[in-house]
Amino acid sequence: MRILRAIFGHGSGRIGGCIVAVYLLLAILGLLGLTPHNPITQYRIDRLHAPSAAYWMGTDLFGRDVASRLMAGIGQSFTVAFFSVAFATLAGTVLGLAAAWLGRRWDGVVMRIMDVLLAFPAILLALLIVTVAGPGTWTSVIAIGIVYTPIFTRVVRGPALSLKAREFVDAARTFGSSSSYIVTRHLLLNLVAPLTVQVTLALAWALLTEAGLSFLGLGTQPPAASLGLMLSDSRNLMETAPWLMIFPGLAIMISILGFNLLGDALRDVLDPKTRRAPA
Amino acid sequence: MIPLLSVSGLRVGFGRDPRANEVVRGISFDLADGETLAIVGESGSGKSVTALSINRLIDFSGGRITGGSMKLKRADGSLFDLTKASEPQMTGIRGAEIGMIFQEPMTSLNPVLTIGAQIEESFRLHRGLTGRQATSAAKDALDRVRIPDAARRLKYTPNQLSGGMLQRVMIAIALACNPRLLIADEPTTALDVTVQAQIMALLGELKRETGMSVIFITHDIGLVAGIADKVMVMQNGQAVEQGELNQLLDRPGHPYTRHLLRDVPHFANGRATRADGKRDENAGMNPALKVDGLVVRFPLKSNVFSRATGAVHAVDGIDFDLMPGETLAIVGESGSGKSTTAKAVLGLVRSTRGSFSIETNSAARSARPVQMVFQNPYASLNPRLTIESILAEPVIATGGRVDAGTKAAMASLLERVGLPANSLQRYPHEFSGGQRQRLCIARALMLNPSVVVLDEAVSALDVSVQAKVLELLVDLQREFGLAYLFISHDMAVVERIAHRIAVIYAGQIVEIGKAASVLSQPRHSYTKKLIAAVPTIDRRRERFELDTRQMPSLVRPQGFEPAPARWEAFGEDHMVRVEG
Repeated sequence: MRILRAIFGHGSGRIGGCIVAVYLLLAILGLLGLTPHNPITQYRIDRLHAPSAAYWMGTDLFGRDVASRLMAGIGQSFTVAFFSVAFATLAGTVLGLAAAWLGRRWDGVVMRIMDVLLAFPAILLALLIVTVAGPGTWTSVIAIGIVYTPIFTRVVRGPALSLKAREFVDAARTFGSSSSYIVTRHLLLNLVAPLTVQVTLALAWALLTEAGLSFLGLGTQPPAASLGLMLSDSRNLMETAPWLMIFPGLAIMISILGFNLLGDALRDVLDPKTRRAPA
Repeated sequence: MIPLLSVSGLRVGFGRDPRANEVVRGISFDLADGETLAIVGESGSGKSVTALSINRLIDFSGGRITGGSMKLKRADGSLFDLTKASEPQMTGIRGAEIGMIFQEPMTSLNPVLTIGAQIEESFRLHRGLTGRQATSAAKDALDRVRIPDAARRLKYTPNQLSGGMLQRVMIAIALACNPRLLIADEPTTALDVTVQAQIMALLGELKRETGMSVIFITHDIGLVAGIADKVMVMQNGQAVEQGELNQLLDRPGHPYTRHLLRDVPHFANGRATRADGKRDENAGMNPALKVDGLVVRFPLKSNVFSRATGAVHAVDGIDFDLMPGETLAIVGESGSGKSTTAKAVLGLVRSTRGSFSIETNSAARSARPVQMVFQNPYASLNPRLTIESILAEPVIATGGRVDAGTKAAMASLLERVGLPANSLQRYPHEFSGGQRQRLCIARALMLNPSVVVLDEAVSALDVSVQAKVLELLVDLQREFGLAYLFISHDMAVVERIAHRIAVIYAGQIVEIGKAASVLSQPRHSYTKKLIAAVPTIDRRRERFELDTRQMPSLVRPQGFEPAPARWEAFGEDHMVRVEG
C-alpha cells in the first residue's frame, strides 16, 4: 500500500502506473473475449473499412475488427511477456544467488555462460532458439525467458555478493544458521527492491522482443492476434489503410513508455537513498 | 586587535524550509591569529555543520545559512563576510585562505591519481605553478608533513599508502597554499591510536612553524587537551559552553561538559580498572575458553594456477585462557590480528593450526557457546527483518522452535538490555545506534552462551552512549557469569571493562596480564608506545614525539616459522614476551 501510494505521488510513476493499469485491463478483456467484435471473425463486406463508429479502429484486409484484434493482441503479447519475464526472474535469481553464494568455480562457470548469452543481441538469440525449437507461443516464452535470464543473473549476483560480506551474514554464521536460511532471509529479502525494478523494465523489453518475433513470423501464429503480427500484416497496406499500422504501433510504443516510467518511479521509491523525506 | 575569524549568531538549516530545520542555532566565537579552537560534541550536535559552513562547503550538502555573520580577516587586512560570499569568491578563499582536512583520508583522495598529481593540483590552481615547479613544490609539501622519501612517494597512488600516511598527504594538500586557517574535522578518528598521536604531533609542529589558526573538531574531549587553546562544547546545535582550555577542563560550568568529562570513559593509566572478578576467586574452575597455539595464515598466490609463494601470518601462535565471568581485552592496532583471532574462535575464519577448548555453561547447555557482537550496529542487523525475526534466528538456527516460551524469553531479554517491550514488531532502522547495539547484545544472549566475543562493540557509538552500553555489559556479565573476549583499540574503554589485557602486535601476544598492572606498568616497548599515545585530559599541551616506525610486514615466505617465544614474568599475573 505504502509503495502504491508513493508511486502515485511520483510524477512519472502516476503516468506509468495508469498506462500499465489500462493495458492490463485491455489485456484481460482481450483474453476473456470481451471485445467489441470477435477478433477472428471475418466481416467480408467491411474489408479495409476506415475507423468508424462500428469499427473504432477500422478493419483489416480480411474484414476483422482492428480494435478487437488489438485487445486480443495485447492480451497475447502480455501473456508472453509476463511468462517469459517470470521465467527469466526465477532462473536468473536462482543462478545469481548460486553464483554469489557458492562462489569460486560455480561463480566462474555460471557467469561465463551468462556472458556468452549476453554477447548475442537479444532478438538474434531469441530467433535462434525459436528457429531450432519451432515457432509458437510457448517457444517464444522460453526463448525470451532465456534471452533475459543473464540480465537477472547479473542484477542478483552483484548485490548478493556485497550482502554476503555484510556483518549480519557473519552474525548468522556465528549462530549456525543454515545456508538456505541465510540465502532466503538475508540475501533474497534484501534483493526484492532491485528485482522489482528490473522486472518492470524487463517486461517492456520482452513486449518488444515478442513483437519482433511475431513480426518475423516466428512468434504468435495466425489467425491469433498479436501486436507484432498485426504490424507485419499492415506492411503492404501502409498507404491504403494506414490505421492498420498506426494503432498497433502506438499500442507498442505507449506500453513500453508506461513500463519504463513505472520502472523509473519504482527505482526512486524503493531506493532509500533517493526516497524523499516526508514533507 | 581584530580576530582572524569572528562568527556571530551563525544559524544553518537543511531541507526545503531551512528555517524550520535548523541544525546549528546561533553559534558565536572569535578566533585570533595562531589560536586553536576545539569544537567538541557528539554526533548530531552540529559541530561538523559549523565547520563546513565556515568554508561554505555546506552549500553542496543541501545546507543553507539562515542567519548570522562570519567575518574573515583577509590577507590584505580587509574584513570579508563569508555568509554573503558568492561561489566564485569562495573558490578563491578555499584552499588559499582556509584549508580543510577530513575524517576519512582513504576516501578523500582520488584513487586513480598519484598523490603527486593531487598535491600539484593545489599549487596549479592557487599559485599558478606548472611542470617542474609544481612537482618540486609538491615534494617540499610532502617533506613538510614528514613523509620519508618524498620524491619517490609522489608517484604512489593512494592504495599504496597507509591511513596515517594518507592523512599526512591530505594535510600537505590543505597546507599547500599556506592558509591562515585550517579546519580539521575529526582528522584522526579513523586512525589507530599511535598514528593519531603522530598526526596530532605533526599538526602541533606545523602550527608552530606557520603560525596558522586551527579549528579542530572532535568527539573526544581527551584529544582536545593536547592541542587546543580554547574549547567550545556543542550540543543540539548550540554552544553550551566555551572558554579557555584549562578553565573549561578544570571548572566546567555546564552540566553537559561535566558529563563529557566525568561520565564518559577517559584513560587513567590503569587507575580506573574494575575491582571485581579477581582471578584467584575462580581458582580451580575450568576456563570458559582456552586457546592454544592459534595460527591463522592466508596463502599468497600470484594467480589461480600457481602454488602459494608465501603466506600472510595474520595470527602467529596465540595462547590464552578465559575464566567464566572474566573479561579479557585484546588490544592492538588495525592489522595486528585481533579481529582475526576473534573470527577464528567463532569459526568464521579457518585456523591453520591450534586448538580451542570451550567449556559450556553447566546450568544450561548451549548449542553455540560462543557468540559475537559486531562493531557496526548498522551493518549487523538485516534491515528487512523485524526485531522478532532477528531474535528468533539464533533459535531457529540451532533447531529450536519459536513458541510462547521463546517469545517470553525475547521480551525479557529486550527489557533486560533496556529496550521497550513493544520493539518486537519494529524494524532496525527505527532504532538509534546505541539501541541497535543493545539489540545485537540481546541476540547474542538468545542462545545462552558462556563466552561473548565483543569485536570493537562500542567503537561506533557516541561517547555517552558508549558509557551506558559498557555499564550494561558489566551488569550482564555479573548476572549471567559471561566471559567476554573484548577486542578493542580504545584504551579508555578497555580500562573500564577488562580484568585482563592481552596486547597483540603483528599477530603475536607481546604482553598479557592483569589490567591494572599492564596499563600502569607496561613492560614491552610496544605496549609502552601504545599507552603513551593515548590522549588524556591530564596531559595538556604536551608535545608528542614524532615516530614514523611502522608495523613489520606480515607476509612471510612459504614454510616460515616464528622463533619460539620466551616469556618473562613481572609480579603476579603479568607476562611479557622477551624482545630481540
